[in-house]
Amino acid sequence: MDHILMFLSTADWSPLLISLKTGIVATVISFFLGIFAARKVVKAGPRVKAVADGILTLPMVLPPTVAGFFLLLLFSLRRPLGSALYQEFGIKVVQTWLGCILAATVIAFPLMYRNARAAFEQIDVNLVYAARTLGMSETKIFWRVIIPAAGPGVVSGTILTFARALGEYGATAMLAGNIPKKTSTISQKIAMVIEDGDYMTAGLWVIVILIIAFILIVLMNLAVGKKMKNIRRF
Amino acid sequence: MSLQVNITKKLNSFTLHAEFEAGDDVFSLLGASGCGKSMTLKCIAGIEQPDSGRIVLGDRVLFDSEKKINLPPQKRRIGYMFQDYALFPNMTVRQNVAAGMGRHPDREKVNALMERFRIAELAERNPTLLSGGQKQRVAMARIVGQEPDVILLDEPFSALDAYLKWQLEQEMKDILREVRKPTVFVSHSRDEVYHLCSKVGCMTDGQIEVIQPVKKFFENPETRTAAILSGCKNVVPALCEGKTVSIPEWGLRFETDEARPGETAFAGVRAHYFSAEKTEPDMIEIPVLSPVIREDLFEWTVMFHAKEQGTPIQWKVFKSALPELEVPDRLYLKKSDIMLLRDGGKM
Repeated sequence: MDHILMFLSTADWSPLLISLKTGIVATVISFFLGIFAARKVVKAGPRVKAVADGILTLPMVLPPTVAGFFLLLLFSLRRPLGSALYQEFGIKVVQTWLGCILAATVIAFPLMYRNARAAFEQIDVNLVYAARTLGMSETKIFWRVIIPAAGPGVVSGTILTFARALGEYGATAMLAGNIPKKTSTISQKIAMVIEDGDYMTAGLWVIVILIIAFILIVLMNLAVGKKMKNIRRF
Repeated sequence: MSLQVNITKKLNSFTLHAEFEAGDDVFSLLGASGCGKSMTLKCIAGIEQPDSGRIVLGDRVLFDSEKKINLPPQKRRIGYMFQDYALFPNMTVRQNVAAGMGRHPDREKVNALMERFRIAELAERNPTLLSGGQKQRVAMARIVGQEPDVILLDEPFSALDAYLKWQLEQEMKDILREVRKPTVFVSHSRDEVYHLCSKVGCMTDGQIEVIQPVKKFFENPETRTAAILSGCKNVVPALCEGKTVSIPEWGLRFETDEARPGETAFAGVRAHYFSAEKTEPDMIEIPVLSPVIREDLFEWTVMFHAKEQGTPIQWKVFKSALPELEVPDRLYLKKSDIMLLRDGGKM
């Protein structure tokens, strides 16, 4: 009990803030990119589809350290792209919060993309055809017909993306490192304190992340549930 | 206004070739499922693209493969009713009806439409919760609201209960008469076609075999497949020499002015046209054997064999005309009730 009180009063809350900020930004980016990619892939021919889908899904099936390796290969300051970005625009990815976001986005993006794609592919195509014959523009069809019809799939994709981005460890550790108050996310904090043998602090952070993840997912499920009231239970 | 269609499109198992013209009345494409009827409608609407050909609506060219014209569906002004009605599930009935009326639908006009189609009290309901008949009225209101130049109906009654169909067919007939737009109606049901249409084209494996006014079509379908689609139950091979027609399977031989040597290859007789009694002196007699009787609600159906093998003969007679069925050993037939048919496609 003393431990918990001590933790609550003296803890450095920056890992919580960094994790939440990273999760939200990565989810917003993945949301738009994922929907965009899913729409392009659904429209593409079978061969393009197979290849594009493979590339877009890779980060999900590879170990996060492999994604981290590729990201380092691209953005390390000793590499052409990384040094150009730094010298031309002053953008530094390695060992920064930007690295956290990039790593979390790359790892979590496939979840958004795949869920959105599955949702788009299950839409009754006649709805889209009907909308076209009714004279609705393609943009209007996308926002007024396709997205609502794919709603539950898109929302569940967003939930999973956020959960994944919030807990990302492997690629983040490699690209952004574990700099206190800068890139030290909750997952990295837990790994670090366990290395020091401080199981009590690790356990308390585990509880924090459990609570956040659980609350958010329940909240979002409720939001989806309202939209899905016409869906039959079985 | 008239709709002229002449298109070709290669499909998996056959090549679709549709050539017809629909005026300000209802043109029907009758065919078995998978014969290319719905694909024809999709090409007219611009949802699918034909490989070649031309689609002209009044003075507007919708599609022309040579001049590389292919208007998007949005610009074609075509009202398309889908088999499952394709109402937007995330919109209310009111929003569905207004969906084809542009960016700022006139509220008064939407209300008037909903009144006219008797769906005003459903205005704020979700279309997924409506009955089949209500859905169809919403879909029709949506189409009338978009003020199309052509109406395409893709099997609009197939999702409905039989007892609803009659009323909805009647409503559809009234509406189509009111809007007076060229209409293409696709169906596999001869009854719907008979009730609703003025002209019918018979489609088999992507080919339109005969186009006829609807009454004439049922009197003389001209080809074998058209006869089967028109509901003729007895279609058998026939031989034709001069004015003599013989039907080997039934052991028949008779003279007729309608025989066309080299063309007549089949004969068709509707199941109701046989008679158990010789009511007219020049009727043809067919000895029949091994009857199999089926009792329906209002009629008897008897399957005979004219010979030991061969295609059976189906005879139907209303119970009101023959309350106690006595199975005859011969059937009689007026020569004029035998339809002489060309060979046409496979079925």
